[in-house]
Amino acid sequence: MNKKINKSVIINVILALVAYGVVMALIYGGLLGRQAMSIIIPCCINVMLAVSLCLLVGFLGELTLGHAGFMSIGAYAGALTTNALDLPPQIELLIGLLVGGIVAAVFSLIIGLPVLRLKGDYLAIVTLGFGEIIKSVINFLGFTGGAKGLSGIGAYSNYKNFTFVYIFVLLTILVISNLVKSRHGRAICAVRDNYIAAEAVGIKVSKFKTMAFVISGFFAGMAGVFYAHNVGILKPGNFDYNKSIEILVMVVLGGMGNIKGAIIAAVILTALPEVLRSAADFRMLLYAIVLIAMMLFNNSKFRMAMIEKRNLKKAMSIQKEGE
Amino acid sequence: MSLINNLVEQLINGLRTGSIYALIALGYTMVYGIAKMINFAHGDIIMVGAYALYVFAALLGLPAPVCILLTIIVCAVLGILVERIAYKPLRNAPSLAVLITAIGVSYFLQNVALIIFKATPIPFGSIIKVPSIKIGGIHISGITIVTLIVTVIAMAVLTWFINKTKAGSAMRAVSEDKGAAALMGINVNKTISMTFAIGSALAAVAGILFICQYESLSPTLGALPGIKAFVAAVLGGIGSIPGAMLGGIVLGIIESLSKAYISTQLADAIVFGVLVIVLLVKPSGLLGKMKAEKV
Repeated sequence: MNKKINKSVIINVILALVAYGVVMALIYGGLLGRQAMSIIIPCCINVMLAVSLCLLVGFLGELTLGHAGFMSIGAYAGALTTNALDLPPQIELLIGLLVGGIVAAVFSLIIGLPVLRLKGDYLAIVTLGFGEIIKSVINFLGFTGGAKGLSGIGAYSNYKNFTFVYIFVLLTILVISNLVKSRHGRAICAVRDNYIAAEAVGIKVSKFKTMAFVISGFFAGMAGVFYAHNVGILKPGNFDYNKSIEILVMVVLGGMGNIKGAIIAAVILTALPEVLRSAADFRMLLYAIVLIAMMLFNNSKFRMAMIEKRNLKKAMSIQKEGE
Repeated sequence: MSLINNLVEQLINGLRTGSIYALIALGYTMVYGIAKMINFAHGDIIMVGAYALYVFAALLGLPAPVCILLTIIVCAVLGILVERIAYKPLRNAPSLAVLITAIGVSYFLQNVALIIFKATPIPFGSIIKVPSIKIGGIHISGITIVTLIVTVIAMAVLTWFINKTKAGSAMRAVSEDKGAAALMGINVNKTISMTFAIGSALAAVAGILFICQYESLSPTLGALPGIKAFVAAVLGGIGSIPGAMLGGIVLGIIESLSKAYISTQLADAIVFGVLVIVLLVKPSGLLGKMKAEKV
């Protein structure tokens, strides 16, 4: 069993290195145009967002529609911090990331505590409501620049700093995928599968819900900081309901509860609109169709039969091993 | 005196917005009662209604009563179609799947409208031309009067329909227990379709009233009133029809007063704050019944 785990770890490390090598070669090999260069960091940011949302939607089994809200809190907190500091860019960004992540996590805790009692539809609506509240409060406050936006943010996370961003992307993936495999992660999955049963065996449902919320919010906040230092100007309108849906589509398309799928979907959905510029009008429509089609397919008779067949095969092979 | 006048005017404004929310909230509550799902696309039915009215009235130049009738039919049919295509196959699926599908439908409708009518808001004059009146220094616009009258009539008819007719009893039976209703000879599929049709027709009425008040069309016009109406439905107790009416009006008044006396920008935040507080203090809403969850 141990060998098997080692093998998959090695494969993942090789994959991560290959991805890094390819992107570096593309950046410094001069193979990409300006347009293509500009989507490298957004890809990374979206991977972070998708993986952090995957923890909530895929593993905790709760739909949140306010992920862009946490991202915006992180983005504003990080940007205000780096604007106030006067240090070398890398250190400023590092501090900004920590501040952005922690502030977003604190807000997730504040929001998470009251909504613990809710689940399903109600939770989705409340998170949507919180996303809107965050947006209008940012609009209202003075120091965030209001509707005009917060500008003058240093471009610390453009493609030249790919290595730095990439390390944080890997960190996000590593933390969340290991968390899911850990004891806590299994508790989170148990809450998803049957919360009454989970409660009955002594899992503190609210504790694990909050934990998932806070961790997810932390990484969304960090992604927000990278976003702020990539685009250079923040406007409350950038973090609306549509952004939350976009992240959700990535998670759903990747297969809910599948981190690798979420990563691939995030990269494809970020890169595709740039490649297919002419079809930009239809992008959102495509998202909508993907959401509906995936759900209908996942719950269709065909798919159910497929899952049953696979489970049967698995059971057969286990039986054989036993003999 | 002017302070009181102002307050009364704000209350009337709130009543008008609140009646529109109440009409939309009725759709949410009826669908939730019967299909146990939140129809996220409900707000966008309002938008479709508004655009349909625009097409019939401004582009085709039909007389106003015909336009209104056609708009209501378009929305009712759309409601049935959405249910048949997107929600019916998922009736036994986990609620997360249904929720995501509903969001997908909402997004789909918005983006179809975006492609057909483009993002630039289209100005559209009101088709309801009723002169405003003045009572003791208080100014009440014509559209407010029409909105209030239409809402009262719609609610009265709906209450009568649900409590007194056979189809209404069938609806109540299905929402109580689908299996038992089917055994009593009720066609469950037909009843659910009917609920969606009625809910969407009410949304169409709300859409017409909404557009006659704001006189500008955009593909996302239904999203915010839709969500607020949902808040209203939760406030009144989701699944309860009188609750939706009460919730809508209370929410409209809260919004109008906070816009007038606190801050226009924070009004939305206050409305959502109400939702959070209601869910924390009394999750079943003002008139809803608390149901114990069974294992």
